[in-house]
Amino acid sequence: MTQPVTTDQSSGALEKKPGLAFQTQGLSKVYGSGPAAVHALRGVDLEIPNGELAVLLGASGSGKSTLLNILGGIDRASGGTAYFRGDDLTAMNDKALTAYRRRHVGFVFQFYNLMPSLTAHENVDLVAEIAPNPMPTMEALTLVGLKERASHFPSELSGGEQQRVAIARAVAKNPTVLFCDEPTGALDSKTGVGVLKVLQNLNNELGTTTLVITHAAATAAMADRVIHFADGQIREVVVNEHKISAEEISW
Amino acid sequence: MKKLPLHLAPLDRKLVRDLWRIKGQALAIIFVIASGIALLVMSRGMILSLEETMRAYYDRYRFADIYAPVKRAPDNLLADIRALDGVADVKGRVQGGGLIDLPEVAAPISAQIVSFDPDAPAPINGVYLAEGRMIDATHGDEVLLLESFAREYDLGPGDTISITMNGAQHEFDIVGLALSPEFIYTIPPGEFVPDPSRFAILWAGEEALEAAYDLDGAFNQAVLKTSRGADEQQLIDALDRLLAPYGAVGAYAREDQISNKFLVEELKQLDTMGRVMTPIFLGVSIFLLNIVITRLVQTEREQIGLVKAFGYSDADVGAHYLKFTGVIAIGGALVGWAGGQWLGRGMAGLYQEYYQFPFLVFVPEFSTLALSLVICIAAAGLGAFVAVRSAVNLSPAVAMRPPAPPKYGQGAGVMRWFERVLDQPSRMILRRIARQPGRAALTVIGIGAAMGLTVMMRFNVNATDYMLDVSFNVVDRSDVLVTFVEPLSDKTLFELESIDGVTYVEPFRSSPVMFSNERIEYLGSITGMPDDPILNRAVDSNLNTVDIRGEGIVLSEQLAEILEISLGETLSVEVREGRRPDLEIPVVGIVEALIGTPAYMTLDALNRQLFEPQRVTGAYLKIDPLQSDAVYNELKDIPLVAGVSLRRESYQKFDEMIEEGMGTFRTTMMIFSIVIAAGVVYNGARIAFMERQRDLASLRVLGFTKIETGYVLLGELVILALLAIPVGSFFGYLIWSYLAGALSTELYQIPTIFREDGFGHGAIIVLVSTAVAGALVMRDVAKIDMATALKARD
Repeated sequence: MTQPVTTDQSSGALEKKPGLAFQTQGLSKVYGSGPAAVHALRGVDLEIPNGELAVLLGASGSGKSTLLNILGGIDRASGGTAYFRGDDLTAMNDKALTAYRRRHVGFVFQFYNLMPSLTAHENVDLVAEIAPNPMPTMEALTLVGLKERASHFPSELSGGEQQRVAIARAVAKNPTVLFCDEPTGALDSKTGVGVLKVLQNLNNELGTTTLVITHAAATAAMADRVIHFADGQIREVVVNEHKISAEEISW
Repeated sequence: MKKLPLHLAPLDRKLVRDLWRIKGQALAIIFVIASGIALLVMSRGMILSLEETMRAYYDRYRFADIYAPVKRAPDNLLADIRALDGVADVKGRVQGGGLIDLPEVAAPISAQIVSFDPDAPAPINGVYLAEGRMIDATHGDEVLLLESFAREYDLGPGDTISITMNGAQHEFDIVGLALSPEFIYTIPPGEFVPDPSRFAILWAGEEALEAAYDLDGAFNQAVLKTSRGADEQQLIDALDRLLAPYGAVGAYAREDQISNKFLVEELKQLDTMGRVMTPIFLGVSIFLLNIVITRLVQTEREQIGLVKAFGYSDADVGAHYLKFTGVIAIGGALVGWAGGQWLGRGMAGLYQEYYQFPFLVFVPEFSTLALSLVICIAAAGLGAFVAVRSAVNLSPAVAMRPPAPPKYGQGAGVMRWFERVLDQPSRMILRRIARQPGRAALTVIGIGAAMGLTVMMRFNVNATDYMLDVSFNVVDRSDVLVTFVEPLSDKTLFELESIDGVTYVEPFRSSPVMFSNERIEYLGSITGMPDDPILNRAVDSNLNTVDIRGEGIVLSEQLAEILEISLGETLSVEVREGRRPDLEIPVVGIVEALIGTPAYMTLDALNRQLFEPQRVTGAYLKIDPLQSDAVYNELKDIPLVAGVSLRRESYQKFDEMIEEGMGTFRTTMMIFSIVIAAGVVYNGARIAFMERQRDLASLRVLGFTKIETGYVLLGELVILALLAIPVGSFFGYLIWSYLAGALSTELYQIPTIFREDGFGHGAIIVLVSTAVAGALVMRDVAKIDMATALKARD
């Protein structure tokens, strides 16, 4: 069912390949300094083609969140390079990174992070208002099946519904890439599958490159590409020949 | 801050770290508390120091209880006075005005000369010898000079001084410099404020003064000590009856003695300021402590649950948070106490410039320290109580579960319509305010209170400016005020008019009288003015000249209030000079006066009523500024001139006193109110930041810029600050309405005027504080770690 792919360990200037959403070389991240330094990433080389749904698997502290944060433009690498469609993220200043997130990136958080003072509709509007090319808010809510709950506040929604609002908020700007950090982490299995289904549909219908971090190994079955992390390094990248539908997943 | 002593209990280490974490806020609160306490310590300490100094000084130097001025009474009358009920001791003395001619000063200087018996074992109104020696009774040419005046002109024992008394010039040898409880606060005749360079007090031997004032074997003032439990009013009435044939002006008690009266009023003002200000500061501190501790408990739910699950008791947890607020409160009290001592010492120094005490020490007053500690700890305890109680009441399991997302609702009515036109970040701001209207209201009130103080301070400045402006530019537009030792024929005016450089002379007459309306009596004076005064006028509250015509009397509002008399009624007036007629005069006008409690008639009407036509007691002069020195020199040579007051110098002196004395106090208050405003705004912003750190981080991740994110946070603060401006204006209005009344005395009225710049001043301080606090918090926004948004709840 799966076929391991060896990663390219060659050094030297990175050869930019077309058709890639992300391409990294020797990416490293060190927190702190001296003997107390923590090496979160120890030289990560990775390629993710446009339009793929990639799943990052690994134990807590293996570096997958750090990688996601760097690719998402909310953290900075200590070394190495990371390209988004040929633009070097590691060379961008704060303003450029903000513009990058604003224009290209959709985020889905483990704890939804909705603004409690805004309704579902308004939470989606919040992002649509600052995006250059957003989809109509009701369309985004329809995509996640929450058209009927548009005027509800987060405190009036279940966890799964809140997460779907968060997804609608992330996709409403028509992002180039969608980052999901443990999107089902706070949800029960059945609700979690519903959320994954939404992510898979969006990937299929809109072709949004999607990176999902998860603990649940079973989720890997729905991905185009599964990246296994350990000790700040990629241990293995597996390309799924036959990915399954989210409905078939359970954990 | 990383390494802490090992012996600290774990909860105490947490305490130290928590305090360090919120050090900015803790400091802000400490300063707000400290401002209130410093004010309390300073005003209480100053009052106690002044009262204690006054009491000791009055006791030791036997400050007289009653004064009975007369024109001339024979010495043998003293035995009759001593025989009156309630008299413990009496002394007859000679006192009068004079003019000092100093070669280096062009204008003559007013002086008051008092007879003194150096051999009396325990004299009434004794003197404190600051330098030199006591006068010798057998040497009539020796005097003691008031120390403050001597210092102004570098005079001392061994120097001589020339004084014109009763029209004749006398030379005296200065043998000592002295102070007296009678002259702690000295105001030259016709002036409003003490000016040591323009007024001298001299003590001379009795015989010399009796000769100078033609009072051989007689006295013109009796000073009395009363026996314990004496009825002062009865004694004063008895004295007035006894002394009436001898030209009694009217006896008065110590409380009406001018120096004492100013001191007592000063103490009252200090007390009023302290009582109004301190609660405002402490109230704001309690509010700040309350919101900080509430917030801390909210963010630490999980930790509290954990700590309790480990087996710490409710009491341990409660004690932990009480200690937390306690540290801040005690810190505030100590800083405030130290600050209050420092301010108090500064104030004592200022007081010594205007009040002539032999000593005035600002005593470190430990009962105020104890009191301020109690107030602070009570304030902190009150602030922390509710929050701590909820912390203690949490069961460990509940505490460790994250709280449910806060409930919000859409705006209703107008708000709903309003929200529709707003973008999402603005809606967030409005809904957050709407969700916790109580907290928003308290923040608005807190900022408003601070602004109220600054507005009030500004009104205070405006009022004094107004008072000065009206007194010197509207009421009295003269250059020089000349007073005579007694009513003189108006022919004297020709002498003034003939001086080269004098361009206009406007006479007046001032007569001592006892006003009475039924049972109410008031010792005052009537000023007689020319029909169309130009230099010195009576004005009403709209600054229009009051037309004084006919035979009636025009009273100042304060005097009318004291006498409980209204327009059209008839006032009884017992004249206390000349033929001493008893008059019935209709009240034809009541006007607002800023200084004193004047009563006006036309000069002609007054003279007619007194059966003394064409008499004047002084004149206002307009002079050519280029010839002023020549004019002053001429004035020195006119006999029977009692005082020469230079209006411009008075004005400058007044201004100087306000700048220095009141000014220091006001600057301090201004700094304190900025501390409050900035403290409230900064704490509000910091708390909002801490509460919403996760939301703000999420916004950053979603692609909001730092400015856009800051808007969501600070927009709320700006709205609250803007709302606080009308509230603060209203508070300023209220506080000043109260204070202007409470600080007004019989000596002067503080006008309750509200100029727009007061509000503007306060608004600027609020906006600047908001900008500074906003900038500080924006630094935090810029440093937000976006990765926290992705992690578990805070």
